[in-house]
Amino acid sequence: MNADACYTYAVARPFDVATIGPVRGVDDAAIRLFRYRDIVAVSSAMPPEAAEEGALRTRLETLESMEAMARAHHAVVEAVVERAVAIPFRLATIHHDERRVIGMLRHGHAEFDATLNRLAGRVEMGVKVYANISAPPPTSIVASVSDSPGRDYLRTRRVERNQRERGSRQAVDVAERVDAALAESAVERALHRPQAARLHIDRAENVLNAAYLVEARDLPAFHTLVRRLGSDAPGVRIEVTGPWPAYSFASLDSGGEP
Amino acid sequence: MSDLSYPTSAGPATPNLADILERILDNGLVIAGDIKINLLDIELLTIKVRLLVASVDKAREIGIDWWERDPGLSSGKPRELEAEVENRRLRERIAELENAEPEGGSR
Repeated sequence: MNADACYTYAVARPFDVATIGPVRGVDDAAIRLFRYRDIVAVSSAMPPEAAEEGALRTRLETLESMEAMARAHHAVVEAVVERAVAIPFRLATIHHDERRVIGMLRHGHAEFDATLNRLAGRVEMGVKVYANISAPPPTSIVASVSDSPGRDYLRTRRVERNQRERGSRQAVDVAERVDAALAESAVERALHRPQAARLHIDRAENVLNAAYLVEARDLPAFHTLVRRLGSDAPGVRIEVTGPWPAYSFASLDSGGEP
Repeated sequence: MSDLSYPTSAGPATPNLADILERILDNGLVIAGDIKINLLDIELLTIKVRLLVASVDKAREIGIDWWERDPGLSSGKPRELEAEVENRRLRERIAELENAEPEGGSR
């Protein structure tokens, strides 16, 4: 009798779970695979009391505990995509028991299968474009000191702000070019909301936050393209992350279509 | 000049928390599990996270500690919060008193 709930990380093509080695799931639980035909659910057991809505809420409401769960989730998904094609799940997908997980595989088999076929051999790359905000020192702007330091100060601030706004408009144009070129080279593209400037240690403004689904074999060409776009693009910084599991492209395809 | 920053190719770098969260809270396949979590709550949380955190460490480095004061995110109830409530109460009371005072020629 197994009263544990099941936390599921991904649906994938079958692989040898023994090779996953030291990677453990949420709360250090062992990874288990549930198989239905040619797909598996990658799951781990969760004690029923931890899988209750209230307990989960509490956990997700505290950044530290949510972070621990998020990193565990991500670590499992990463380990899976190193071994097999996988559809990454959103955080906290939980079923009452393994019977229900297998039911999910059975009901969704056609869609899971079609989606796995679409994602096979492809990876997600993250690209963020930042406006380089390097405001010149105020002294270079206001050389003359008038009898109104207050007005000088305001003028300085206005000039700085205008420069910043011009810089950010320019960066948006550059970002659009970069995105168009990368989207062209990629299989699919997904836009995320720009991250707040405060997120960045130097408070650079994030003008593009995108993900591209790229054929794994085309990765070197993708990197070359990003470098080239970056060298043609003054005033911005391009940050590349990945390869990621295809989180941003994990919507289900309808099964049974040609 | 623009910069390209690439994660070091040797060994996977620890990914930025905001990048991970926007993927596994906003993206990733949504399957209706048996245990319902109010996605709206999570979305609210993601928005806050996206607004503020690159990584918890980095956030601390630049002095952001909102989760320690935000009642929606912290299970504990820090003292500053009570002080804020008290402050707001006092400000409201002052505004009340000021409004009550007759102002000559204002009407």
